[in-house]
Amino acid sequence: MAEAERKLNNGNSRIDFQTDPSKYRHWKLAVDGEVATLLMDVDEKGTLFEGYELKLNSYDLGVDIELADAIERLRFEHPQVKVILLRSGKPRVFCAGANIRMLAGATHAHKVNFCKFTNETRNGIEDASEVSGLFTICVINGTAAGGGYELALATDHIMLVDDGSSAVSLPELPLLAVLPGTGGLTRVTDKRKVRRDRADVFCTTEEGIKGRRAVDWRLVDEVVPSSRLEEAVAKRAREFTARSSRPAAGKGIALTPLKRERSADAVEYSTLSVEFERASRRATITLRGPEAPPPASAEAMVDAGAQFWPLRLVRELDDAILDIRANEFDTAAIIFKSSGDPAQVLAYDQFLEANKKHWLAREIRAFWKRVLKRVDLTSRSLVALVELGSCFAGTLAELVFASDRSYMLIGQRDGDNKPPASLVLAEVNFGAYPMPNGLSRLASRFLADAGALEKANRPIGEMLEAETAENLGLVTFALDDIDWEDEIRVFLEERASFSSDALTGLEANLRFGGPETMESKIFARLSAWQNWIFQRANAVGEEGALKRYGTGQKPAFDTRRV
Amino acid sequence: MSEIVNVDYSTTIPNNVNLTEDRQVLRALERWHPGYIDWWRTMGPDGFQEALVYLRTAVSVDPKGWAKFDYIKMPQYRWGILLAPQEEDRKIPFGRHYGEPAWQEVPGEYRAMLRRLVVIQGDTEPASVEQQRHLGKTAPSLYDMRNVFQVNVEEGRHLWAMVYILQKYFGRDGREEAEQLLQRRSGDADKPRMLGAFNEATPDWLSFHMFTFFTDRDGKMQLESLAQSGFDPLSRTCRFMLTEEAHHMFVGETGIGRTIQRTCEAMKAAGIEDPSEINKVRDLGVIDLPTIQKKLHLHYSLSLDLFGSEVSTNAANAFNASLKGRFQETKIEDDHKLESSTYPVLKLVDGEIKRVDEPALTAINMRLRDDYTADCQRGLDRWNKIIDRVGVAFRFQLPHVAFHRQIGEFKEVDAAPSGELLDEAAWNSQKEKWLPSKDDGDFIQSLMRQVVEPGKFATWIAPPRVGIDNKPGDFEYVKLAA
Repeated sequence: MAEAERKLNNGNSRIDFQTDPSKYRHWKLAVDGEVATLLMDVDEKGTLFEGYELKLNSYDLGVDIELADAIERLRFEHPQVKVILLRSGKPRVFCAGANIRMLAGATHAHKVNFCKFTNETRNGIEDASEVSGLFTICVINGTAAGGGYELALATDHIMLVDDGSSAVSLPELPLLAVLPGTGGLTRVTDKRKVRRDRADVFCTTEEGIKGRRAVDWRLVDEVVPSSRLEEAVAKRAREFTARSSRPAAGKGIALTPLKRERSADAVEYSTLSVEFERASRRATITLRGPEAPPPASAEAMVDAGAQFWPLRLVRELDDAILDIRANEFDTAAIIFKSSGDPAQVLAYDQFLEANKKHWLAREIRAFWKRVLKRVDLTSRSLVALVELGSCFAGTLAELVFASDRSYMLIGQRDGDNKPPASLVLAEVNFGAYPMPNGLSRLASRFLADAGALEKANRPIGEMLEAETAENLGLVTFALDDIDWEDEIRVFLEERASFSSDALTGLEANLRFGGPETMESKIFARLSAWQNWIFQRANAVGEEGALKRYGTGQKPAFDTRRV
Repeated sequence: MSEIVNVDYSTTIPNNVNLTEDRQVLRALERWHPGYIDWWRTMGPDGFQEALVYLRTAVSVDPKGWAKFDYIKMPQYRWGILLAPQEEDRKIPFGRHYGEPAWQEVPGEYRAMLRRLVVIQGDTEPASVEQQRHLGKTAPSLYDMRNVFQVNVEEGRHLWAMVYILQKYFGRDGREEAEQLLQRRSGDADKPRMLGAFNEATPDWLSFHMFTFFTDRDGKMQLESLAQSGFDPLSRTCRFMLTEEAHHMFVGETGIGRTIQRTCEAMKAAGIEDPSEINKVRDLGVIDLPTIQKKLHLHYSLSLDLFGSEVSTNAANAFNASLKGRFQETKIEDDHKLESSTYPVLKLVDGEIKRVDEPALTAINMRLRDDYTADCQRGLDRWNKIIDRVGVAFRFQLPHVAFHRQIGEFKEVDAAPSGELLDEAAWNSQKEKWLPSKDDGDFIQSLMRQVVEPGKFATWIAPPRVGIDNKPGDFEYVKLAA
C-alpha cells in the first residue's frame, strides 16, 4: 500500500489554497481598462512539491491555485474587465499541460484531487463567460499540449498562430498511456463538436494538429500569421468587449485575506468553524448566520466588500472544503451544522434576489453556485444535521440538499432552550444553484415525482419543522430527542467502516441522478475512466508509461483489453 | 516554370531507387517538383539563375558517378535521388532493437517520431540556400562563387533526399510535410524555418565560411547519427548525403583558412607583429584575427544550440527506438543500448558549472555534441598551424560551452568564453570583446566586393592551393549571363 508521500516545498505541511497577486510565481495579471492579460510564465523552480521542475509552462496544483485566484479576482476586483487574454510568457510554447514528473511521483489521491481542482478552475472560466460576460480569448503562440490545450478549450475563443509549428494536441494517450484529465475529450466532442473520427485521429497523434487543419477540424477558432497576431487579438478583444454586459464603471471590491486560525483539531473562520474528530474520522463544519440585517442598498453592499456576510461565508466555506479535500484524506464524513437566525439568512437571500442585476450580487450568487458544486463533488460522505438553533434557510438549505443523508431534530431537547430545528425554503432553492447535472438540488432530489417538488414549492418562506420537512421529502430522517444521538452515532460509525473507494463511487453515482451535462460528464468520466487508468500498471507500474516517461525507455504494456 | 511541367523523370532525375516503376513516388513528385523549381527560382541564388556554373552532379553512387563536372544553369541542375547501396543483412546497430534486421519499412509505432526527425533534418536544407542567396553578389572570386553554388545545389539535393523519404514512406502526411518544406522561409516572421540558427542572416562571406564550418558540421553530426538508423532507407540516404556534406566542410574550413592565411601574410609583409593592432591590420584590407575569433565565438555557440538540451527525452526516445544513433555507433564499444550506463554532462548546479553523471540515454545530445566539439577542434588546430607557419603569435580557441547560449543548461546565465560566470553588468560591458559588434560587421561588409575576373581574388582572402576538379588557377568557374 504505502505510496511514498511526496514532500511539500518550503517546509509546508499543508496545501494552502489562499494566495494573491503579490505572491504569484507563475502568472502575471495586467489590467488595462476593459481588457486584462493573464500571462502564464511558470517559474520552473516554484513547485508545490519537491522533486520536479515545471519546464515548458507545465503546471502543478500550485500553478492552478494561482490561476483560480486570478480568475476570481478579475470577477470581484475588476468588474469593468470584459475580456481576458490568456497568453504565454514563454517563447514557442503556450503550455505543456500538467507536469508529467509531478504526476508520475504523486500519490493517487493527489492526482485525483489535482484533476478535480483543475477541472473546477476551467469550469470557472466557462462560468465567468456564461454568467458574468467575462470572456476569455486564448492566444496560442507555440505548442498547447495536453492540459495546455484543455485550458484553451475552456475559453471562449481560441486563436492559433499559423507559423508552421504552433500546434494544439492531446498527446496523453500515445505519450503517457493516460487520458486528458481536464475535460479535453468531452469538450472536443461536446463543446467544439469535433467529428468523432477526427477526434480519434487528433487524440492519438502525439504532435497534434496545426494551421488550417486545426480550424477545419474545429479544434481552434482561427489561425493567424505571427506578423498580424497583435492586430488580430486586439480586434477580437474589441468584438468580445462589445458583447459583454459587465459594468464599465463598476468599482471592484478587494478580496482581502481570510481570517483563519488553525489549531491541532480545528480551524476557526469568521463565519464558520471546522472541527476534526480524527479518531472517528469526522470533520464538522458549523456555519454561522449573519449577525446583522442586510445593508440598505447595493452601494452599501459594495462598501462592505469582502465583509458582506454571504461573500465572507462562501469564501470561507470554499477554503474549508478545499482544505479538507487536499489535506485531510482520512476524513470519512463532513458534517454540516449551522447556527443563527433563519429569518436573517432569508433576508440576505432576498436582498441578493432584489439586487440580482447588480454585478456584485450576481458574482456572489455565482460564487455560491460554484462552491456548492464543489461540495457536490467532494468525495467524502456529506451529512447535514438540522438541530436546535440552526439556520438552514434558502442558500444554506442547499447544504442539506447536497448531503448524502440529512437528519432533523423533532421538538426540543432536554435542557436546551434554543429555537426548534427548522428548515426554510426560498426562491433560490428552485434554480439559482444548479448542480453539475444542470438541475437544482431539489429537482435532482425529486426525479420521480415532479409533484413532490410542487408540494415543496408551496411553503416558501415557512419555518418547516422536522416532521413536515420529512413528509415533504426534504430531509432523510426526522428524529426525536430520544433517538437522535444514537441513530447518528450508529450511522456515522457504519459509514466510517465501509470501503472508502466504494463509498466514493456510490455517492458520486447517487448524487448526480437525472440528465448529463458537459460538466457532469467531465467529472463522471474523470472518475470512471481516468482514475481507473491512473491506477493501472500500464500507466503507473514500474514499466508503465508514466514511470518510464523521460528515461527514453519504452513502456511495456499489458496488452489484454479489459 | 511551365518548362518543367512535362518532365521525363526517367532521364532527368538521376536515381538508384527505380523511380520509373514507383507510381507512388512519381505521383507525389509530379506535384512537388514544380513547386520546388518555383522555390529555387524565387529563393535560390539571387541574380545567377542564368549563369553557367561548373558544377558537380551526382548521377550514381559509384565512385565514377557521383562527381560528374560540367557547366550547367542551376535551375536545370539534375537533382537526384541517390541512396548508398543496400548492405546485405544489415542489422540495427543500437537501441532496444539492437541486433534485429534493419527495417525496410517504417514501423507503425515509430512513424510519428521518425517523420519528425526527417522533417527537422529536411527543413535545414532549403533554409541554408535561402540564407545564402545574396552571397553571389559579393563573391571574392569565381572559384568561391562556384563553391557557394555547389553547396546550394547540394543542399537542394539533400532536400530532395528527405522529400523522397517523406513521399515514399509517410503517405499523405509525408506529402503534406514535403509541401511545407517549400512553404517555410528562413527568417520569415510568419513561416520561419524550424530551428533558430537557420533563421539568422548570412550577411557576408566570413559568416558563410563560418556557417559551413560550424553549422554544416552540426548537419554532418546529425546525418552521421541518422546514418546509423534502424530504418534502412534513412540510413542509406544519409550515408550518401555525407559524401556531399564533406565538400561543404571543405568549403568552410579552407575558406576560413585562406582568410587567416591572407591576414597573416599581409601582417608579415607590413611588419605588424601584434594581432591586436586591429586598425592597422584592417587598413591592409584584410580581416584582423581577433574579429575572426569573435565570429568563431558566435557561430560555434549558435551551432551548439542546434544540438538541443543536454538532457533530452526526445533524444533518448529516438535512440531507444533505434531511430537515431551516435556518431560512429558501430565503432563504439559498449552494449549499444545504454539502459543502465551514464554519461557526464556539464550542468549548472547551485550557480556553478559542474560535471554530473546523467543516464546515458537522456544524455545522447551531449554525447553527440562532445564529438562535434572534438571535430571542430581539429579544424581549429589546422588553422592555428597556418598562423604558426606564417609566424604570427595568435591562437584560435573554442569558447566554453556555457558561453552565449540560448538553449539548454546555460541559457539563463552569462559566461565568458573561459566559462567564468558573469553578472549582467559584467557581461554587458564585455560582450563586444567576445562577439562581433556592429562596427565589426560594417568593416567586414566594406570588404565584400564581387571579383569576377578569372584567377583574381578579393584583398581579404588567399587563392586556394588547388582548383576544383584540378582546374588551373584562372579557370572560369562561373560564366555570368551577359
